[in-house]
Amino acid sequence: MTVTELDEPASPETHAVDAQEARRTRRRKIERTARWVLPILVMVLMIWIWDRIVVWNDIPHFILPSPARVWGSLSGDWVILWDSALLTGRITLMALAIAVVGGAGLAILFNQNKMVELSLYPYAVILQVTPVVAIAPLIFIYVESKTVGMLLCAWLVAFFPVLSSTTLGLNSVDHNLRDLFRIYGASRWQKLWMLQLPSALPFFLGGLKIAGGLSLIGAVVAELVAGTGGVGTGLAFRIQEAGYRLNIARMFAALAIVAAMGVFIFAALSLLSHMLLRKWHESAVKREY
Amino acid sequence: MAYIAPFADRVDLLRVSAVDKVFPGNVQALRAMSLTVREGDFISLLGPSGCGKSTALRLIAGLSEPTVGRIEWARQRARGDLGVVFQEPTLMPWATVSENVFLPFRLEGRTFASVRDEILAALKLVGLEKFQNAYPRELSGGMKMRVSIARAMVTQPKLILMDEPFAALDEITRFKLNNDLLEMQARIGCTVIFVTHSVFESVFLSDRIVVMAARPGRVIEELHVGEPYPRDAVFRTSAEYAAHCRAASQALENAMEAAA
Repeated sequence: MTVTELDEPASPETHAVDAQEARRTRRRKIERTARWVLPILVMVLMIWIWDRIVVWNDIPHFILPSPARVWGSLSGDWVILWDSALLTGRITLMALAIAVVGGAGLAILFNQNKMVELSLYPYAVILQVTPVVAIAPLIFIYVESKTVGMLLCAWLVAFFPVLSSTTLGLNSVDHNLRDLFRIYGASRWQKLWMLQLPSALPFFLGGLKIAGGLSLIGAVVAELVAGTGGVGTGLAFRIQEAGYRLNIARMFAALAIVAAMGVFIFAALSLLSHMLLRKWHESAVKREY
Repeated sequence: MAYIAPFADRVDLLRVSAVDKVFPGNVQALRAMSLTVREGDFISLLGPSGCGKSTALRLIAGLSEPTVGRIEWARQRARGDLGVVFQEPTLMPWATVSENVFLPFRLEGRTFASVRDEILAALKLVGLEKFQNAYPRELSGGMKMRVSIARAMVTQPKLILMDEPFAALDEITRFKLNNDLLEMQARIGCTVIFVTHSVFESVFLSDRIVVMAARPGRVIEELHVGEPYPRDAVFRTSAEYAAHCRAASQALENAMEAAA
């Protein structure tokens, strides 16, 4: 038997491209470069304007430090800031890990038992919509360990996107595939493992990207509420402390590190998502023209 | 190669007796449907949308139960006795072609290595042995449908149910797949129940056409095509083919009138 609709190998001869296609190719190439160059240009420009505003208006550094002074603080206070960043980073990653396990675990539990879902889901929503800043002071009254308290705060903010997107994913199974599994007599675990979890993966990864940013926010908020004491000092505390001392340059430096951590987490999770989906999912597939 | 008995001396595979299906809201999807399916049959269910042909297929597949009446297999149905092909290819996008074809065995708890030969044979049958490691998104619509057919055939089932499998394909691909489907059926010797709303497709493929009407879904007429297999492109241009198409069109028209 022959198969006619299979792709024929492309002929080796090259063809001239029309003007419109050539323009399109050129534009894509320019856009690729611009994606990196333009944001960097904007940053350089903003820093330059910032610097000029400080210099031309003769603004004292305890109100607005010049970019050079912030840079000085960043490199001069690096040891202090780096230690603090490690602490905040550790809390963030631990909270993210618990959010993933807790969020995905709850989603699977909800999916397997409708009654559990009906009982608990409203409370998951309530936990999510109550601002963590409002809950945090209470948490630190009842939880002895600062670390546990901070983890709890960060988890509270981060688990919900994982829960809700994984739940959506587990329910988004192609109904024909579901029927097929039934016809072949699949057990509930086979269905979960071979059908629902792979179907839910893209949704889970979307939730994970949001949770990554949120767990950093949760960690920072928890630190601000918890203050120092026993567990060393994270970046949020450094910002607060530098503020009390009118060391505005260090505030900016610490803030820059927090922002960089957020970007790093997002980039790492995007990369993970791409690696897991690139072979099969539409979102990760480059379109051929 | 499996042997298919001549029409007259085929044994019963399953019997649908006086089946009604009522959905909540008092919707009668199917009324008093009876059908005897014999081993080696190629039966088409032909009718307008809403005539219950897909409902009938789901009942036979055991995915839903008849409200009234019975569906009985002549012999106890085992795992792998039934293959299904849907209108969409319904492949798992995260799995390669061979992993998709492996699915029925995997759900039985068998290892890939133990059924490698069966999988390869099924892929050869549909002409895709070179695409074992491709992912579904890399294939054309027709190729995806071939994978779906390979998956349905890999367990050497007694019965394959097909629910408008080629409706979304272009005509050239569809003709080709119609030809190939008959060849595959002859090779593995299975029975096929094929839902379609195309007169031409049903005449080309089937030895029996069950014409159905809508509101409520019911059988209007059973046509016997009875032309010998193998059928090929020559059959498509023959006078007999044209005559059967006319008869089926007429029956379909009667079915539409009955519903109106």
